Amino acid sequence: MVSSRILELKTQANSESCFDVEKIRADFPILHRLVHGKPLVYLDNAATTQKPQSVINAITDYYTGENANIHRGVHYLSEQATRDYESARETVRQFLNARESREIIFVRGATEGINLVAHTFGRQRVRAGDEIVISAIEHHSNIVPWQMLCEQTGAQLKIVPVDDQGKLRIEVYERFLGPRTKLVSIVHISNVLGTIVPVRRMIEMAHHRRIPVLVDGAQSAAHLPIDVQALDCDFFVLSGHKIFGPTGIGVLYGKAEWLEEMPPYQGGGDMISSVTFEKTLYNVIPYKFEAGTPHIAGVIGLGAAIEYLNEIGLNVVSQYESELMAYATRKLESIPRLTIIGNTEEKASVISFVLADIHPHDIGTIMDREGIAIRTGHHCAQPVMNRYGVPATARASFALYNTKAEVDALAAGIIKVQEVFKG
Amino acid sequence: MSDLRDLYQEVILDHSRRPRNFRRLNHANHRADGYNALCGDRITVYLQVEDGHIKDITFDGSGCAISKASASMMTAALKGKTIEEAQALFDKFHRMVTGESDSEVGPVNLGKLAAFAGICDYPSRVKCASLAWHTVHAALEDKNEVVSTE
Ligand SMILES: Cc1ncc(COP(=O)(O)O)c(C=O)c1O
Repeated sequence: MVSSRILELKTQANSESCFDVEKIRADFPILHRLVHGKPLVYLDNAATTQKPQSVINAITDYYTGENANIHRGVHYLSEQATRDYESARETVRQFLNARESREIIFVRGATEGINLVAHTFGRQRVRAGDEIVISAIEHHSNIVPWQMLCEQTGAQLKIVPVDDQGKLRIEVYERFLGPRTKLVSIVHISNVLGTIVPVRRMIEMAHHRRIPVLVDGAQSAAHLPIDVQALDCDFFVLSGHKIFGPTGIGVLYGKAEWLEEMPPYQGGGDMISSVTFEKTLYNVIPYKFEAGTPHIAGVIGLGAAIEYLNEIGLNVVSQYESELMAYATRKLESIPRLTIIGNTEEKASVISFVLADIHPHDIGTIMDREGIAIRTGHHCAQPVMNRYGVPATARASFALYNTKAEVDALAAGIIKVQEVFKG
Repeated sequence: MSDLRDLYQEVILDHSRRPRNFRRLNHANHRADGYNALCGDRITVYLQVEDGHIKDITFDGSGCAISKASASMMTAALKGKTIEEAQALFDKFHRMVTGESDSEVGPVNLGKLAAFAGICDYPSRVKCASLAWHTVHAALEDKNEVVSTE
């Protein structure tokens, strides 16, 4: 008994240490192409991730052999498409460890998920004088919907400040939570600084005062195992295209008790149970929030992406990526005149940097000619740029298929940039 | 494949490091602000125009090497020109950076500005090179809104 358990543990440890990045790279056809005659070094994963062949196949197979509308046909193809669509919902449920699959709503992406909550939950519960708490390191998509809601209702936004390292000031957050706070909406991993926000602790603090919390998981779902029950968040949003799935599809998780009370988002087909001109009855969740024909191929592709991630295991991914991050951080820190923006201990998959007086846009262009794809600009987070006093940053962001050799190429590219501008 | 040196030519690097006419012009009678949302370049152009001539032209702001060099070289090129000459130069420059074939053989000579010819191979950077020019255009028309290259 005992010895077999030890054996089990050993094989587990073994499989973790032999994370074979070359094998993973072989699954992603785009990684083998050239850009400007050089091998592609794709380090813009925070913007969007590449797709494994299995996801591409799932979408092609759906359109090739199964295309039909769902939830309404009695014919064979419609039943098959409905089954695959709903089975992807179950795949997402397991991925997030939600209690029930009716808590999984398909939306266009993280942005639409947040807007849905702002339009329904927000309009229903937020009044003049109420407060919504966000942070200083949010993506525009977790700022603007709340600003719009505040404009419509007369509520106020409270912004949790961030310190010089990129860590949220939790003691200020705690002071913000009060009887007027109607919702906390907070990013899980910052797309600019890479900061991993201690959402679990923040949720606990909010729940002490019965305040619900939305977690923007756009940047976390590809890097950390997510357990919405352990986090106890009330809402969680993610974008399919940032977790190796297609664009145009994403997920809003919401606790059933909230979703049931919330009014519908859009009106149309599928979201109703009966319609007359006198009175319309809304469908049950999740369908109440899925008006119209959804992105069926996208949902099936997202399901395939999650299955791909499950095969590798996010624990393994997260361990590999933290090694890669540590390596990249050391490497970039050794380059003279390079400053990393965002230096918290708890950081994942993103390194933003500036190079003395060389503008990030020039860095991006020169890197591009080396086949290296990084993002430069304000990363849809202008308040973060203002906070750190830079107009823009260059950002390298990693995924499970990136290698130390690619980090070396990044560093060599930066040296090349400095050479072009020397003088 | 175009070489990086086609874009970052010595004259461009020189102007980006030491921009000419890089100051506020207190006696300006035209000015406009320009903003390039893609890389966050911000520029203000100041002009002193008398009798249809650009007597003086300066700029300030912050931006990438291309936008700074373009603004600097533009001010050098436009100083002393008439409004019509400036317009003709703007049109010619614009055709060059957007890669439109230029069949017109007119009297307009781009001179040093021809250094920006390579930029049409870098579509995402064309706006950086043209921001200063769009801003001057707006200043001369006395438009009050911030010019954007969108
Ligand atoms: C932290 C964060 N939230 C939200 C979003 C919005 O995602 P999408 O554009 O896919 O809706 C992003 C995208 O970059 C992000 O990084």
